[in-house]
Amino acid sequence: MSTLVRDRAPVQTGLVSVRPPRKRLSRRTLLLGGAGVVWLVGFLFLHGTSTLTLPASELTDLHRSLNQFNAWVASNRADNPVFQYVFTPFRSAVDSVANLFASTFAASSTGLRLPEIGWLGTVGLLSWIAFAVGNARVGLLTAAAFTFFGLQGLFTEAAYTFALVLTAVLFSLLIGIPLGVLSGISGRVSQVITPVLDFMQILPTFVYLAPLALIFLIGPASAVIATVIYAVPPLIRLTAHGIRNIPENTREASDSLGTTGLQRLLTLQLPLARRTIVMGINQSTMAALSMVTIAALIAAPGLGQVVVRALQSLDVGTAVNAGLSIVLLAIVLDRVTTAASRRAEPGAARKRRISRRSRYILLAVSLVVVLVMVQLSRTMLWAAAFPKNLNFGPDIVSGVGAASEWLQTNLSLFTVSFREALTNGILNPFQSLLTETPFYLLVAVVLVAAYALGGWKLALVTASCLAAIIYLGLWSDAMVTLASTLVATAVVMVLGIIFGVAMGRSNKVDQIMRPMLDAGQTMPAFVYLVPFLGLFGATRFTAIVAGIIYAAPVAIKITADGIAAISPTVMEAAVSSGSTPWQVITKVQLPMARKSLALAANQGLIYVLAMVVVGALVGAGGLGYDVVAGFVQSSLFGKGLAAGLAIVFLGILLDRMTQAAAADPVRKIRSARSSAH
Amino acid sequence: MSRTRQLLKRTIPVLAGTAAAALLLAGCGGASVNQAAAAGSSDTPCGTVNVALNAWVGYTANAAVYSYVAQNKLGCTVVQKDLSEQISWQGFGSGEVDVILENWGHADLTKQYITDQKVAVDAGPTGNEGHIGWYVPPWMVQKYPDILDSKNLNKYASLFATSESGGKGQVLDGDPAFVTNDEALVKNLGLDYKVVFSGSEAALIQSFRTAEKNKTPLLGYFYEPQWFLSEVPLKKVSLPAYTPGCDADAEKVACDYPDYKLNKVMAKKFADSGSPAAKLLKAFSWTNADQNSVATDIQGGMKPDAAAKKWVDAHPDVVAAWLK
Repeated sequence: MSTLVRDRAPVQTGLVSVRPPRKRLSRRTLLLGGAGVVWLVGFLFLHGTSTLTLPASELTDLHRSLNQFNAWVASNRADNPVFQYVFTPFRSAVDSVANLFASTFAASSTGLRLPEIGWLGTVGLLSWIAFAVGNARVGLLTAAAFTFFGLQGLFTEAAYTFALVLTAVLFSLLIGIPLGVLSGISGRVSQVITPVLDFMQILPTFVYLAPLALIFLIGPASAVIATVIYAVPPLIRLTAHGIRNIPENTREASDSLGTTGLQRLLTLQLPLARRTIVMGINQSTMAALSMVTIAALIAAPGLGQVVVRALQSLDVGTAVNAGLSIVLLAIVLDRVTTAASRRAEPGAARKRRISRRSRYILLAVSLVVVLVMVQLSRTMLWAAAFPKNLNFGPDIVSGVGAASEWLQTNLSLFTVSFREALTNGILNPFQSLLTETPFYLLVAVVLVAAYALGGWKLALVTASCLAAIIYLGLWSDAMVTLASTLVATAVVMVLGIIFGVAMGRSNKVDQIMRPMLDAGQTMPAFVYLVPFLGLFGATRFTAIVAGIIYAAPVAIKITADGIAAISPTVMEAAVSSGSTPWQVITKVQLPMARKSLALAANQGLIYVLAMVVVGALVGAGGLGYDVVAGFVQSSLFGKGLAAGLAIVFLGILLDRMTQAAAADPVRKIRSARSSAH
Repeated sequence: MSRTRQLLKRTIPVLAGTAAAALLLAGCGGASVNQAAAAGSSDTPCGTVNVALNAWVGYTANAAVYSYVAQNKLGCTVVQKDLSEQISWQGFGSGEVDVILENWGHADLTKQYITDQKVAVDAGPTGNEGHIGWYVPPWMVQKYPDILDSKNLNKYASLFATSESGGKGQVLDGDPAFVTNDEALVKNLGLDYKVVFSGSEAALIQSFRTAEKNKTPLLGYFYEPQWFLSEVPLKKVSLPAYTPGCDADAEKVACDYPDYKLNKVMAKKFADSGSPAAKLLKAFSWTNADQNSVATDIQGGMKPDAAAKKWVDAHPDVVAAWLK
């Protein structure tokens, strides 16, 4: 769901000429303002009526019939042919691949439960592979990181996580590259696939865990399948993008030589798109890591389990220790795949410092060393299981634990009153504005706003989304979620503008901030939760903070790119006419980066929405809670599934509306779509 | 073409390396330290036991002692998996879970997995008796003596209001995965309250501890056996009495929770395997006081394994009886 591709795709900002504001103001603003006034007045007189509130323990008939589906699957799993011949064999196939990797790197199911290749061999082998596909630096980084996992006392867990990521990426490649190639070659396939990918990316990760566990049972197989669903869209998109974007004249030249379609694909399109495809593998790998952690909830072994346990026992030390491993693993995977994509760049061979021959010799020599390490790790206990006396994990855990204890006792007065003030001052009033307005009034207001922003077409999309949410029986919960999402997005935008402007105006700030933002984006969502849980307790506030931290980097980057893309001539003109920096920012830069700002808001919303369900693990109510409860209580299964769908509809609605707001009012929806995907 | 060749050149060494590694693996498959050690200890027929680990300390105590005995007296390999209650049951079907050590009722799951699907079997009571209910910190009972009757709760609703409860009184629940009828109770008893989830047992305990220390009002979901009750003796609010079948429809529950005879459940395959660990599971039984003593140690910062060892060493007779 986190649309990893989008934020790295170039942002189309360009030069948007500032149009005379008066004409636009009149129509849009009139409609929007009118709708707002109607809403407030309606709220004053009608609040509390027709709110469509469904108490948490109650179900609608739709939810009950979904529950029955759950029961039906459970009782027919053994002898239904679809399960016998399709799902069950598929599950065992995935399971055996996952087990192969897990027993190679993490733990075999027999004997001492040592892996086939012990820690020393794993460190050697993986570093060598990193060296071979990337460069010496990432090779060393890999060695250092995997050794550090051992020192943290988490080698087995990290190896499990790595093995699952590997399995998931493998399956993603199997599915993603052919689909990506097809959709790159054929416009028709692309038309079919794109909406599916959109849907897959808006679907919150949590939502498909329950249905998948229902069909494929819990365990590594379901975890891998869930991860592939999450990780494959960026790969398909980028592969298609790479193939489609081959320069027309290159293609024509090849066509004039009389190449057939397959020849063209193999000799021209795939090689030229190689770098983009490897970038897709990078995105896919990062997504896989973040999902594998969450899949701990359906019995995926690894670091995620440690984080889940820590969340349940409020053990900040353990969570930080495991979180550190996850972040390190993310950095390693990111750097190695990035280095591989650099190596895949056309012409990269010429820039290398050492000749190809000496590189081969180096590779061969190090391979021998690695093989010796592997052999050692299979025969010597010290090289198979990481030595226990080198385990510094408990020290890290107790150190961080003590620090967080101190923070909690000394800051709790501050954090609690801060939380209470914001919750009572902003969140609660806003939430009751949304939840206590009669639903028909709110629907009408949103439809008018949609019409003002994007015409009839958008109003129609909006109407169907709202109707679907009402049909799912979760209107009130959807409004609770919407309130938190909008509050979080507002903060994200404030951060986006402050830091984005600072970065866009100064290269130095950009250079300092960008690596931090990159790191923030590679960190899987789960990791954020724990420290804030310690500071703020399990409340909606904590969930909102987690959402903000997850979404802010994207918004900041897009804003910064938008500001930086403003033509220097315009800036010079403004400065030379005597504008103060403040005037330049408010009168020139922000208005001209309007499109980027709207795109930042769009991405911010989608990212915040991605955290809604994860946030429910730390106290967010609304749809996120319904999904979590449906996942863990079978009597609420149907409601959880419905809530997951409601999140998707809410996501589509917010996505389309912000995109329309980003577009020019004249050439409305089309340009918005092309710029955001 | 040269590019393809280049690609080949780059992939060949990688492939060759992987192949060499695979060969090496195949070549010395027999000599691995993993299998060698296993061969040495092959007189124990126990193998691996997958224990589901649900998220409360009482359960952890059961799991710790069971795992300790299985590992150290029977030579089994125990794998603990952090899973929520209902998800654990799903693991019986997939082979991910062999053992659930403290099951709270779950008549629906019992029917589904034991009666209908026949993938699990009941492994008998743990000896613990479970109670779920609504509790308040002791200071509140002194100040408001009639608060322990659910009929009087509405009178005090404003006392329990928080920023999360939307103007109503707050009932603080634990993990959404725990057995709970609280949402239905609030609605069906006509209480002016809202259920808010704290997310975990640890958060519940922390909230009750703070409430007693700072004399702030708190009404929350809690349960016995529970080590924390010896630190702060929370008082239980009486809900309308339980009658058999009054909780049959989850949406219409308006009565107290039943007394749970906590039991153990194991996978059918595991039960039929003849593993000594399955026999141990059936025999495993102890008292609430036993569980609380282990749980207190774990909560006090002891590793579960160490806490289990302490208890096992102090109760050789009980353990010997399990192993008979």
